[in-house]
Amino acid sequence: MENLNTTFQFSKKAKIVLSILIFIGLVALAYGIFKYSPEKVWSALVLNSINFLTIGLGATFFLAIHIITQAGWHVSIQRIPEAISMYIPIGGIFMLVMLFGINHVYHWIHEVHHDPIITNKEAYLNVPFFVIRLIIYLSVWTALTLVLRKLSKKSDIQDGLNFYNKGRTYAALFLVFFALTIVTFAWDWFMSIEAHWFSTLFGWYVLSGVIVKSFAVIIIVLAILKYMGYMDFITKDNIHDLARYLFSFGIFWMYLWFSQFMLIWYANIPEETFYFIHRLEDYKVLFFLNLALNFLIPFLVLVVRKFRRVLWIVAAMAVVVFIGQWVDQYLMIFPGTMKEVPNIGFFDIGLTIGFFGIFLWVVLQSLTKADLLPKNHPYLKESFNYENI
Amino acid sequence: MKEISGYYDKEASLLEAVKNLRENKIKIKDVFSPYPVHGLDHAMGLKRSWLPRAAFIGGAVGAISGFGFQVWVFTRAYPINIGGKPFLAAPSFIPVTFECAILFAAFAIVIAYLFRSHLGAGADNKIYDERATNDRFVVVLDTAEIESNETEKIKSKFEETGAMNVKFEE
Repeated sequence: MENLNTTFQFSKKAKIVLSILIFIGLVALAYGIFKYSPEKVWSALVLNSINFLTIGLGATFFLAIHIITQAGWHVSIQRIPEAISMYIPIGGIFMLVMLFGINHVYHWIHEVHHDPIITNKEAYLNVPFFVIRLIIYLSVWTALTLVLRKLSKKSDIQDGLNFYNKGRTYAALFLVFFALTIVTFAWDWFMSIEAHWFSTLFGWYVLSGVIVKSFAVIIIVLAILKYMGYMDFITKDNIHDLARYLFSFGIFWMYLWFSQFMLIWYANIPEETFYFIHRLEDYKVLFFLNLALNFLIPFLVLVVRKFRRVLWIVAAMAVVVFIGQWVDQYLMIFPGTMKEVPNIGFFDIGLTIGFFGIFLWVVLQSLTKADLLPKNHPYLKESFNYENI
Repeated sequence: MKEISGYYDKEASLLEAVKNLRENKIKIKDVFSPYPVHGLDHAMGLKRSWLPRAAFIGGAVGAISGFGFQVWVFTRAYPINIGGKPFLAAPSFIPVTFECAILFAAFAIVIAYLFRSHLGAGADNKIYDERATNDRFVVVLDTAEIESNETEKIKSKFEETGAMNVKFEE
């Protein structure tokens, strides 16, 4: 264990590649502003801002839940979710920028006094409260994430156990706050796009998607680091456990998706069904692609034990789930804001690539700030020595 | 059937005995223990269990038959108009399909387990020591695969590793 390479260097080559990705994003943005309506441009920006912010949140969730449950297996990869969670402040800034475009995305803003249904919801759906809520979410999420990160970094130079125990309080606070606010966040930023429609399951359904997506991204970042020649200390059992998460939370996502769909389909109440009718008729390909990418393909591959222990297969499935979750959030936003049929082109994909470049830049930059192995963590040994059946 | 069995009262000495015997290329027929001993699978060199495969096959059969049965009932055998839905209302079949998959998978696991472990109704297993269900561990060797002049050596191996008792059975 002494000879492990645990300091990460953000190489020049990686910086060049990421700069190209960010450049593609900027070109796509300029192209979009030039070619498409502001509704479409702002919708795409909102989609990507939320998409990557929620990955950071899912990473803090990952850390918090493992601190609370006193888990030990994840310690050798713990610095990856920590680095991913460092995107939350940056993603928060993007969310604040999005506030300038909300009147293009959320029709309740300008219909509030013409539409009796929306007028009834005004106590919750009004712009000042919307902004205040966003600021509360972002500040608490960022504060708790930074505290957890700071405690983990401090444990490298001082006593690990002490900082681990301190982290438990903050982890518990984060979990409670996150579980409540991710639901209202989903109402605010996704469900209110079609303000007439409502579903009580929606918040949990978004939560399950956020969790499975951030597990997928943790695996993708792990695969990238391994490709760059780091993280040699990862065992097959670590990969196995990550793959299990991807597998089981994919099933959980499908379960919630289907619970929401079937109840609305069966009850057949017009106020609820229009949401799915619109998606089934005009977005048919994406609608079924969503199910295939998020459930069917990962399920059928990861159900095989041998595949769960091979990093490149797990990483390929993680990419599939990542794309699938992007499609899922696309289907939450675009059918509501753009009445036309789907039109995914260079703009939508290029913008996501650009955001991914920024995201990965932040993650790799944060990885350089601490050892890749939290060497004083009380459960460090366990994560190397345990065995999966 | 000729067998030699060694009796232990400690988990550690059982593991040591199993490792010792295998290092000396002596084939172990079976080990009986009151509870699952950590690391014993490794020490005995057992292959991975095929129980997950039985579960998957059971689940797949359950899902297909559950779905197929509903299709048959609602389109052929007894079609009823429920809430104006089509007869083949696939989304409403999913919960029952899911339950059937779980049920069949559970049955497949239990049956495969009982079959493989020679347990369940009508099983006739030899009981080496009643306390193997309480606090004793038993290692059983099959003498058919052992040269007759080796039995003394095996006995000494058993005693070396702390066996309380060694039995020969003709």
